[in-house]
Amino acid sequence: MKTQKELERMAAEIRTETLKCLRTRGFGHVGGCLSVVETLAVLYGDIMKYDPENPKWEGRDLFVMCKGHAGPALFAILALEGFFPMEWLDTLSIPGTKLPSHCDRNLTPGVDASTGSLGQGLSVAAGMAHGLKIQNQSNRVYAMLGDGECGEGQVWEAAQYAHHHKLGNMIAFVDWNKKQVDGTLDEVMSLLDARAKFEAFGWYAVQVSGSDVMAIRNAILEAQKNQGDKPAVIVLDGIKGSGVPEFEQMEFNHHFAFDKDMIDKVIKNLENKLAAMKEE
Amino acid sequence: MFQLNYTGQLENKPITQVFKDTLEDMIQTDPKVVHLDADLMLLLGVLDVHKKFPDRVINCGIQEANMIGVAAGMSAVGLKPYTHSFAAFTSRRVFDQLFLSIAYAKKSAHIIASDPGIKQAFNGGTHMVFEDLALMRTIPDAYVFDITDSAMYSFLIRATKDLKGLYYFRTPTSNVTSVYAEGSEFTIGKGNIVREGRDATIIACGLLVSVALEAAKLLESEGISVRVVDMFTIKPLDEALVIDCVKKTGAIVTAENHSVYGGLGSAVSEVLSEQYPAPLIRVGVKDEFGEVGPESYLRERFGFTPQNLAANVIKAIALKSKQ
Repeated sequence: MKTQKELERMAAEIRTETLKCLRTRGFGHVGGCLSVVETLAVLYGDIMKYDPENPKWEGRDLFVMCKGHAGPALFAILALEGFFPMEWLDTLSIPGTKLPSHCDRNLTPGVDASTGSLGQGLSVAAGMAHGLKIQNQSNRVYAMLGDGECGEGQVWEAAQYAHHHKLGNMIAFVDWNKKQVDGTLDEVMSLLDARAKFEAFGWYAVQVSGSDVMAIRNAILEAQKNQGDKPAVIVLDGIKGSGVPEFEQMEFNHHFAFDKDMIDKVIKNLENKLAAMKEE
Repeated sequence: MFQLNYTGQLENKPITQVFKDTLEDMIQTDPKVVHLDADLMLLLGVLDVHKKFPDRVINCGIQEANMIGVAAGMSAVGLKPYTHSFAAFTSRRVFDQLFLSIAYAKKSAHIIASDPGIKQAFNGGTHMVFEDLALMRTIPDAYVFDITDSAMYSFLIRATKDLKGLYYFRTPTSNVTSVYAEGSEFTIGKGNIVREGRDATIIACGLLVSVALEAAKLLESEGISVRVVDMFTIKPLDEALVIDCVKKTGAIVTAENHSVYGGLGSAVSEVLSEQYPAPLIRVGVKDEFGEVGPESYLRERFGFTPQNLAANVIKAIALKSKQ
């Protein structure tokens, strides 16, 4: 297990590389990429089994980025872990790229599911978990849902299915960053208490701070200890655009074009912070 | 090769029994095969198989969209999923899931789409899908079959079991007219000439194949010789056979239990207009919704009768002189 500092440094690296990746195009899904980086750091740092040399290794744990627009954050951790060269991060969404705006399992080594049409990922994750269970395989499945995405009815079909078929080998996260494209969830389509809703669907359900790596890791370890044959959900209480005050405070931060001076400054600050963390 | 077994009679063995036997055999012989159902196992006759193999024949409840996503996930971890619902609910209702979670993601699934078009009869217009071929044809690399009878059905679901890709089986569940002998073999992408003729060709699929054979008999008594093709393989379409039909008979009538928009008639007309312009008349549903009633009424209502096909063949032959 990594130390808190190591995990925090990993998250800071993902955040920095995600923004550098997005900066190459000058725009992108910034807010929802940033709010998942701590969880990605924990999953890829301490929890999941995988082999960057052999991305399709049958013994690996599977990760489904249901909110497919957070691809760049996933690409950043995959590059940092050596699934492909860091230089690929500069090719986001250019013609012929292996890193499209939304996750594509056929293009990007380490991406396990093609996502982008919201609401479908949890079903795919449930199918993976059920398929592994049928074949008596011990791999586990992790899925990252958006909070706005939970407006899609299919999410709740999958929630019902995963409980009914006792998929205790999966953990879903809800990135409760409280905003979607047109405003806050409460303005656009209120989700209310995601944890209570999943609990009502028969899931083992907890809520933690989405920016606290130790809380996230403990929640995952506790879930795996206690979930039994229930699917588990960890609701991540977070902020859209988290870790960058300029972005956290923007009214509409789902997808936007960068002010060049501002993004350069933001990345410089993050790099300085990261350098300081590395010196500690 | 296929052998014909056409006498105009209904099959003795229910097509659902044939599916059940085929599924059970595949489950027993291949540990990777799974069947997912959206609360219509009773209709398909597989509840017994579900009881025997509860881990492999899985009820998804009334959740078609989730079922397609689950199939995608199971395919991703090496299983071979078959899924089932009514044709309407496993095509138009889940088009985005089929498109993205299965096809775009290059996962594999076998979609059993029960009772297309007028086969819904007493379920009526809400359940009557006349647009599924049009939808499915537009999904890149999808395989789309309009099933004619049990012999074809059992051959194709087995023959495609180990193949990668999205396979769509548009399938009746009752009152099927036998066209092929048991043990017949079929080739994906190759239509079947089920009757030879010189003056025109009826290219039909599914429910309309036996109707076309009856129409050809009617026309024979009037001295008109009609070739009948079973184009069960809507995609990939047998383009070479379409051209051959035009070259040898000079006019084509298509016949399908589907809208004339986007289905077999459209597919054939695309081939003709781009490669070999020739007279073509499309028999199918003309920009209408379905309605409730017995199948016999609906056959008359939408022109799926030997008489209507024969009349359209005569019209198509008349168009030859305008060429």
